[in-house]
Amino acid sequence: MPCLIKPEPFDPWKETQQHQQTQLERGKYGATASFVGTMRDFNQGDNVTSMTLEHYPGMTENYLNKICEEANQRWDLIDCLIIHRTGKIQPDDPIVLTVVWSAHRKAAFEACRYLMEELKSRAPFWKKENLKDNENENNRWIEKNTPG
Amino acid sequence: MSITVKFFARLREQVGHAEISLDSASDVQSAWRQATQNIDMPDNTLCAINMEYVDIHATINDGDEVAFFPPVTGG
Repeated sequence: MPCLIKPEPFDPWKETQQHQQTQLERGKYGATASFVGTMRDFNQGDNVTSMTLEHYPGMTENYLNKICEEANQRWDLIDCLIIHRTGKIQPDDPIVLTVVWSAHRKAAFEACRYLMEELKSRAPFWKKENLKDNENENNRWIEKNTPG
Repeated sequence: MSITVKFFARLREQVGHAEISLDSASDVQSAWRQATQNIDMPDNTLCAINMEYVDIHATINDGDEVAFFPPVTGG
Protein backbone atom coordinates (compact mmCIF):
# COMPACT_ATOMS: atom_id res chain seq x y z
CA MET A 1 0.00 0.00 0.00
CA PRO A 2 2.45 2.67 -1.11
CA CYS A 3 1.94 6.35 -0.27
CA LEU A 4 4.25 8.63 -2.21
CA ILE A 5 5.02 12.35 -2.06
CA LYS A 6 6.22 13.69 -5.42
CA PRO A 7 7.98 17.05 -5.75
CA GLU A 8 7.91 16.66 -9.56
CA PRO A 9 4.98 16.22 -11.98
CA PHE A 10 3.62 12.68 -12.28
CA ASP A 11 1.31 10.86 -14.67
CA PRO A 12 -1.49 9.26 -12.62
CA TRP A 13 -2.48 6.87 -15.42
CA LYS A 14 1.04 5.55 -15.92
CA GLU A 15 1.54 5.23 -12.17
CA THR A 16 -1.70 3.27 -11.85
CA GLN A 17 -0.83 0.99 -14.73
CA GLN A 18 2.72 0.45 -13.53
CA HIS A 19 1.63 -0.37 -9.99
CA GLN A 20 -1.05 -2.74 -11.22
CA GLN A 21 1.32 -4.54 -13.57
CA THR A 22 4.24 -4.85 -11.16
CA GLN A 23 2.60 -5.21 -7.71
CA LEU A 24 -0.73 -6.97 -8.17
CA GLU A 25 -1.34 -10.64 -8.74
CA ARG A 26 -3.08 -11.16 -12.07
CA GLY A 27 -6.60 -12.55 -12.00
CA LYS A 28 -7.25 -11.64 -8.35
CA TYR A 29 -8.72 -8.14 -8.60
CA GLY A 30 -12.10 -7.47 -10.18
CA ALA A 31 -12.47 -3.76 -9.36
CA THR A 32 -10.15 -0.78 -9.63
CA ALA A 33 -11.46 2.61 -8.44
CA SER A 34 -9.36 5.71 -8.80
CA PHE A 35 -9.61 9.43 -8.13
CA VAL A 36 -7.38 12.09 -9.69
CA GLY A 37 -7.38 15.65 -8.36
CA THR A 38 -6.17 18.18 -10.94
CA MET A 39 -5.27 21.85 -10.54
CA ARG A 40 -7.86 24.32 -11.87
CA ASP A 41 -6.97 27.74 -13.30
CA PHE A 42 -9.77 29.43 -11.35
CA ASN A 43 -10.90 29.62 -7.73
CA GLN A 44 -13.41 31.84 -5.93
CA GLY A 45 -13.88 33.94 -9.06
CA ASP A 46 -10.15 34.61 -9.61
CA ASN A 47 -7.69 33.38 -12.22
CA VAL A 48 -5.00 31.21 -10.68
CA THR A 49 -1.70 30.93 -12.56
CA SER A 50 0.09 28.46 -10.30
CA MET A 51 0.00 27.02 -6.84
CA THR A 52 2.57 26.01 -4.23
CA LEU A 53 1.89 22.91 -2.17
CA GLU A 54 3.61 22.68 1.20
CA HIS A 55 3.54 19.70 3.54
CA TYR A 56 4.91 18.45 6.85
CA PRO A 57 7.51 15.82 5.90
CA GLY A 58 7.18 12.75 8.06
CA MET A 59 3.71 13.51 9.41
CA THR A 60 2.28 13.50 5.89
CA GLU A 61 3.60 10.03 5.15
CA ASN A 62 2.46 8.80 8.59
CA TYR A 63 -1.09 9.96 7.98
CA LEU A 64 -1.33 8.70 4.41
CA ASN A 65 -0.18 5.28 5.61
CA LYS A 66 -2.60 5.43 8.54
CA ILE A 67 -5.51 6.26 6.22
CA CYS A 68 -4.62 3.33 3.93
CA GLU A 69 -4.43 0.97 6.91
CA GLU A 70 -7.83 2.15 8.15
CA ALA A 71 -9.38 1.58 4.71
CA ASN A 72 -7.82 -1.87 4.60
CA GLN A 73 -9.43 -2.70 7.94
CA ARG A 74 -12.87 -1.38 6.95
CA TRP A 75 -13.08 -3.00 3.53
CA ASP A 76 -11.75 -6.16 1.95
CA LEU A 77 -9.06 -4.63 -0.26
CA ILE A 78 -6.25 -6.04 -2.33
CA ASP A 79 -4.14 -2.91 -2.53
CA CYS A 80 -4.15 0.91 -2.32
CA LEU A 81 -1.97 3.55 -3.91
CA ILE A 82 -1.77 7.24 -2.96
CA ILE A 83 0.44 9.78 -4.72
CA HIS A 84 0.42 13.49 -3.83
CA ARG A 85 2.32 16.38 -5.40
CA THR A 86 4.23 19.04 -3.52
CA GLY A 87 6.08 22.17 -4.67
CA LYS A 88 5.05 24.53 -7.45
CA ILE A 89 2.28 23.22 -9.67
CA GLN A 90 0.59 24.53 -12.80
CA PRO A 91 -3.03 24.35 -14.01
CA ASP A 92 -3.84 20.90 -15.41
CA ASP A 93 -1.12 19.24 -13.30
CA PRO A 94 -2.37 16.26 -11.31
CA ILE A 95 -2.27 17.01 -7.58
CA VAL A 96 -3.38 13.73 -6.08
CA LEU A 97 -4.07 10.14 -7.09
CA THR A 98 -5.88 7.56 -4.96
CA VAL A 99 -6.42 4.06 -6.30
CA VAL A 100 -8.02 1.04 -4.68
CA TRP A 101 -8.05 -2.52 -5.97
CA SER A 102 -10.50 -5.08 -4.63
CA ALA A 103 -12.35 -8.18 -5.75
CA HIS A 104 -15.69 -6.35 -6.11
CA ARG A 105 -16.74 -2.77 -6.93
CA LYS A 106 -18.47 -1.80 -3.65
CA ALA A 107 -15.29 -1.98 -1.58
CA ALA A 108 -13.22 -0.24 -4.27
CA PHE A 109 -15.65 2.68 -4.72
CA GLU A 110 -16.22 3.23 -1.00
CA ALA A 111 -12.59 2.88 0.03
CA CYS A 112 -11.40 5.22 -2.73
CA ARG A 113 -13.81 7.90 -1.51
CA TYR A 114 -12.69 7.27 2.07
CA LEU A 115 -9.01 7.73 1.17
CA MET A 116 -9.69 11.07 -0.52
CA GLU A 117 -11.94 12.50 2.17
CA GLU A 118 -9.62 11.46 4.99
CA LEU A 119 -6.58 12.77 3.10
CA LYS A 120 -8.27 16.13 2.63
CA SER A 121 -9.18 16.47 6.30
CA ARG A 122 -6.12 14.94 8.01
CA ALA A 123 -2.98 14.84 5.82
CA PRO A 124 -0.90 17.97 6.49
CA PHE A 125 -0.75 19.66 3.09
CA TRP A 126 -1.38 23.35 2.42
CA LYS A 127 -2.03 25.15 -0.85
CA LYS A 128 -1.00 28.69 -1.66
CA GLU A 129 -2.43 30.18 -4.84
CA ASN A 130 -0.60 32.59 -7.11
CA LEU A 131 -3.15 34.90 -8.70
CA LYS A 132 -2.92 36.33 -12.19
CA ASP A 133 -2.70 40.07 -11.69
CA ASN A 134 0.56 40.25 -9.77
CA GLU A 135 2.30 37.00 -9.12
CA ASN A 136 4.81 38.40 -6.66
CA GLU A 137 2.42 40.22 -4.42
CA ASN A 138 -0.92 38.59 -4.95
CA ASN A 139 -0.64 35.21 -3.26
CA ARG A 140 -3.15 33.70 -0.90
CA TRP A 141 -3.38 30.60 1.23
CA ILE A 142 -6.42 28.43 0.67
CA GLU A 143 -8.17 28.54 4.03
CA LYS A 144 -10.46 25.51 3.76
CA ASN A 145 -11.46 22.67 1.49
CA THR A 146 -14.53 22.65 -0.69
CA PRO A 147 -17.22 20.22 0.54
CA GLY A 148 -16.77 16.68 -0.77
CA MET B 1 15.29 19.67 28.24
CA SER B 2 14.90 20.66 24.61
CA ILE B 3 11.74 20.96 22.57
CA THR B 4 11.51 21.69 18.86
CA VAL B 5 8.58 23.83 17.75
CA LYS B 6 7.64 23.98 14.06
CA PHE B 7 5.23 26.23 12.18
CA PHE B 8 3.78 25.60 8.74
CA ALA B 9 2.06 27.52 5.94
CA ARG B 10 0.25 30.73 6.95
CA LEU B 11 1.25 30.33 10.60
CA ARG B 12 4.93 30.16 9.64
CA GLU B 13 4.57 33.46 7.82
CA GLN B 14 2.65 35.07 10.68
CA VAL B 15 5.07 33.92 13.36
CA GLY B 16 8.10 34.75 11.23
CA HIS B 17 10.05 31.50 11.57
CA ALA B 18 9.69 27.85 10.61
CA GLU B 19 11.35 26.33 13.66
CA ILE B 20 12.52 27.30 17.13
CA SER B 21 13.96 25.41 20.11
CA LEU B 22 12.69 25.86 23.64
CA ASP B 23 14.39 24.80 26.85
CA SER B 24 11.12 23.74 28.43
CA ALA B 25 7.35 23.90 28.06
CA SER B 26 4.70 22.11 30.09
CA ASP B 27 2.04 21.78 27.42
CA VAL B 28 1.24 22.73 23.83
CA GLN B 29 -0.38 26.02 24.76
CA SER B 30 2.68 27.04 26.75
CA ALA B 31 4.97 26.10 23.83
CA TRP B 32 2.91 28.33 21.54
CA ARG B 33 3.15 31.31 23.94
CA GLN B 34 6.92 31.00 24.29
CA ALA B 35 7.64 30.31 20.63
CA THR B 36 5.45 33.16 19.36
CA GLN B 37 6.05 35.66 22.17
CA ASN B 38 2.36 35.63 23.04
CA ILE B 39 0.77 36.10 19.64
CA ASP B 40 -2.93 35.13 19.85
CA MET B 41 -3.39 31.62 18.52
CA PRO B 42 -5.90 31.57 15.62
CA ASP B 43 -9.06 29.61 16.57
CA ASN B 44 -8.64 27.01 13.86
CA THR B 45 -4.98 26.18 14.62
CA LEU B 46 -4.09 22.49 14.54
CA CYS B 47 -1.43 21.08 16.87
CA ALA B 48 0.74 17.98 16.74
CA ILE B 49 3.28 16.33 19.03
CA ASN B 50 5.73 13.99 17.32
CA MET B 51 3.58 14.11 14.17
CA GLU B 52 0.32 13.04 15.87
CA TYR B 53 -2.64 15.42 16.28
CA VAL B 54 -3.17 16.59 19.87
CA ASP B 55 -5.16 19.34 21.58
CA ILE B 56 -3.59 22.46 23.09
CA HIS B 57 -3.58 20.99 26.60
CA ALA B 58 -1.46 17.97 25.67
CA THR B 59 1.64 17.48 27.83
CA ILE B 60 5.08 17.91 26.30
CA ASN B 61 8.06 15.72 27.14
CA ASP B 62 11.78 16.31 26.70
CA GLY B 63 12.84 15.88 23.08
CA ASP B 64 9.32 16.26 21.66
CA GLU B 65 8.63 17.94 18.33
CA VAL B 66 5.62 20.23 18.56
CA ALA B 67 3.99 21.61 15.41
CA PHE B 68 1.38 24.28 14.73
CA PHE B 69 -0.44 24.71 11.44
CA PRO B 70 -3.68 25.94 9.87
CA PRO B 71 -6.46 23.62 8.62
CA VAL B 72 -5.08 21.27 5.98
CA THR B 73 -6.01 21.84 2.33
CA GLY B 74 -4.43 19.03 0.33
CA GLY B 75 -5.93 16.86 -2.38
